[in-house]
Amino acid sequence: MNNEFHYDYKTVQGFVLSAIFWGVIGLVMGLLISAQLWDANLNFGEYFSYGRLRTLHVNVLAYGLGIGAEFGIFYYIVMRLTKRPLVLPKLARFHLWLFNVGMVLATLSLFAGMNQSLEYAEFEWPIDIAIVILWVLFAINVLGNVFTRKEKNMYVSLWYVIATIITVAILYIVNNLAIPASLTKSYHLFAGVNSANVEWWYGHNAVGFLFTTPILAMFYYFLPKSTGLPIYSHRLSIISFWSLIFAYLWTGAHHLVYTPLPDWIQTLGIAFTLFLIAPSWGSVVNGYFTVDRDWSKMRTNYLTKFFIVGITFYGLQTIQGPSQGIRVISSLIHYTDWVPGHVHMGTMGWVTMVICASVYYMIPAMYKTEIYSQKLANIHFWIVLIGQLMFSITMWITGIQQGAMWKMTNADGSLQYTFMETLVRNYPYWQMRTVAGVIFVVGMLFFVYNVLMTIKKGNDLAKQAA
Amino acid sequence: MSNHENSLYSKAVLFAVVAAVTVLIGTIVTVFVPMFTAGMHPKNENLQPFTALQLAGRDIYQAEGCVNCHTQTVRPLKADVLRYGEYSKAGEFAYDRPFLWGSKRTGPDLARIGGKYPDEWHIQHFENPQAFFPKSNMPKYTWLKNKPVNAPETLAHMKALGFPYTEEDATALASATQLDALVAYMQVIGTSVARKEAIVVDASMIEAANPLAGKPEAIAEGQAIYKAECAGCHGQNAEGNIGASISDYAKGEPADTDTYITVANGLEGAMPAFAGQLSKDKIWSVVSYINSLK
Repeated sequence: MNNEFHYDYKTVQGFVLSAIFWGVIGLVMGLLISAQLWDANLNFGEYFSYGRLRTLHVNVLAYGLGIGAEFGIFYYIVMRLTKRPLVLPKLARFHLWLFNVGMVLATLSLFAGMNQSLEYAEFEWPIDIAIVILWVLFAINVLGNVFTRKEKNMYVSLWYVIATIITVAILYIVNNLAIPASLTKSYHLFAGVNSANVEWWYGHNAVGFLFTTPILAMFYYFLPKSTGLPIYSHRLSIISFWSLIFAYLWTGAHHLVYTPLPDWIQTLGIAFTLFLIAPSWGSVVNGYFTVDRDWSKMRTNYLTKFFIVGITFYGLQTIQGPSQGIRVISSLIHYTDWVPGHVHMGTMGWVTMVICASVYYMIPAMYKTEIYSQKLANIHFWIVLIGQLMFSITMWITGIQQGAMWKMTNADGSLQYTFMETLVRNYPYWQMRTVAGVIFVVGMLFFVYNVLMTIKKGNDLAKQAA
Repeated sequence: MSNHENSLYSKAVLFAVVAAVTVLIGTIVTVFVPMFTAGMHPKNENLQPFTALQLAGRDIYQAEGCVNCHTQTVRPLKADVLRYGEYSKAGEFAYDRPFLWGSKRTGPDLARIGGKYPDEWHIQHFENPQAFFPKSNMPKYTWLKNKPVNAPETLAHMKALGFPYTEEDATALASATQLDALVAYMQVIGTSVARKEAIVVDASMIEAANPLAGKPEAIAEGQAIYKAECAGCHGQNAEGNIGASISDYAKGEPADTDTYITVANGLEGAMPAFAGQLSKDKIWSVVSYINSLK
């Protein structure tokens, strides 16, 4: 493909399309498991029972949609910010190919029940090795570009890209250290309390360095690109970046409040979690003040609202998360549906919102055309927003309800409700959540259609030109 | 700042090193250093490594993704202890690779499931959870009883973990189903801590006679509780199943206080205790219902 810097966009395009493919599969799985929760008859035997499919839903969306999109978008951002094509374009193409083969194998392995039972690290060791190889291939190209860049200074987005690459490598390798027992089974190198501590150091920071820092890299790049407004404060970007990546790694133990993990680690985790509000809101404020120069962009540029609403949900997420870490709040909402409500505000409201907006920006730029339909993009925005709010709010309500019912006692000191009584009160909310999920998925299908039609438009134009 | 000619943001290698150090500080303090302290490796004195059958069951627990819905840690909170039993101790998990504490209680916590029910309860419950709790959303695990445990593979797992086993264990494993294994695992969970109910009832704590005896509304409530919590074991029509026939029991004209205490405290290894999660009135209602069956 010919363009001003001879960038290799084919790999970027491949990753975007792959991410969309895996995203649709993961979303459909999500709808099925949401219904299984209120009707056990929707479990279909071994391979389609909730325990396996929920694992699959999480991993296909995290690795397939999330990381797939990040690979593609990072290649794009890195080429633009280093002002040079990828150092090893063929390796990047191989990376894309291996990613999809790996995703197929990983998906099948979860269907087959190869599951380490470590959250966000469910894959067994052969898949782990493939993931490490994928990450190394990715790192070679990205760091190669950064080290040989044609632009002297590294822009904010590149800081987040570099931090992501380094930190994810450390987290993933350490937490997946295991005693292999066969080709399909291994045991965590760490046992008991220690296993828990390592896993949640990993688990929390996997969220931090796969769904926070990469999305911030996109935000810092595409918000100014879309609006034409430069980031409000470079100094604030610097402070937010360093304090964020410093504080994040201390906080994993807030997932283990009231467990047998030593109290000092829990308390330290909670304290740093509260501190983390500051750097998170550093980026939120930076985003708001960037657009504050011209709020009419919210109307005149269709992407601005994706970024502003996305960063707003990031802001809410980073207030809600630390609140949940506090012992007294944890004692009420931990282990309830409040938590999936929290998680999905982040994934549906922040991560997907910003990824979609980034794709909306990149696809027309790469195919040298305009977006197929801004109107459809606006419809997409409003539908996913409604779906996501409905999802999170129903889960918060039923989470608090169940947490409270678990705690309520009678005058004689016995519990007021049996477990079943607390469970069935979730069902109406779980049914509403399924409806919310359908709404969200419909919104996402508008996105998919719009992207595919834009690509078609670009290809048709290229053919006419040839 | 970064526009200075030689700032950190124009030196990629230095930047990467500083970033790596920055993320490693919290990692070292909260994860790497504790790992090498004794406090992170506690072990209850009577805790035993898993047997081959139990390990096979634990492997199935992992493969089926049970951790998605069930936690295995009781918090030191009043309500948790009332509902599930003694709070979890750090020394219970020394052989757990990985830990299976979980993060969501779509179903109840299982940290004290070992010994709570007889084996037969688990066998029937895995086959059809709704027979015990009609509104339960737990999937039916009907295929487990038809699938043999992969004995050679399980023994390889035992070796990898350094857990001891005898020839007899190995032979027994060869004829076990996955259901047998999973039940064996269920029954060992949490058993290195002595079973202790938060509320144990004796005759001095309750009325000498059932204050709700013969009241129709109490009988109706007792029946509703029976259907929701007891019918799985004692039969929809109190005819008995895993547990005794309650009609027969009622015909023996037991003392109300004896019935109350049995429901409240359960029977070791045979029947769970209900004093923690049924109020006095509810238990007396159940007693009224049972009496109405004679």
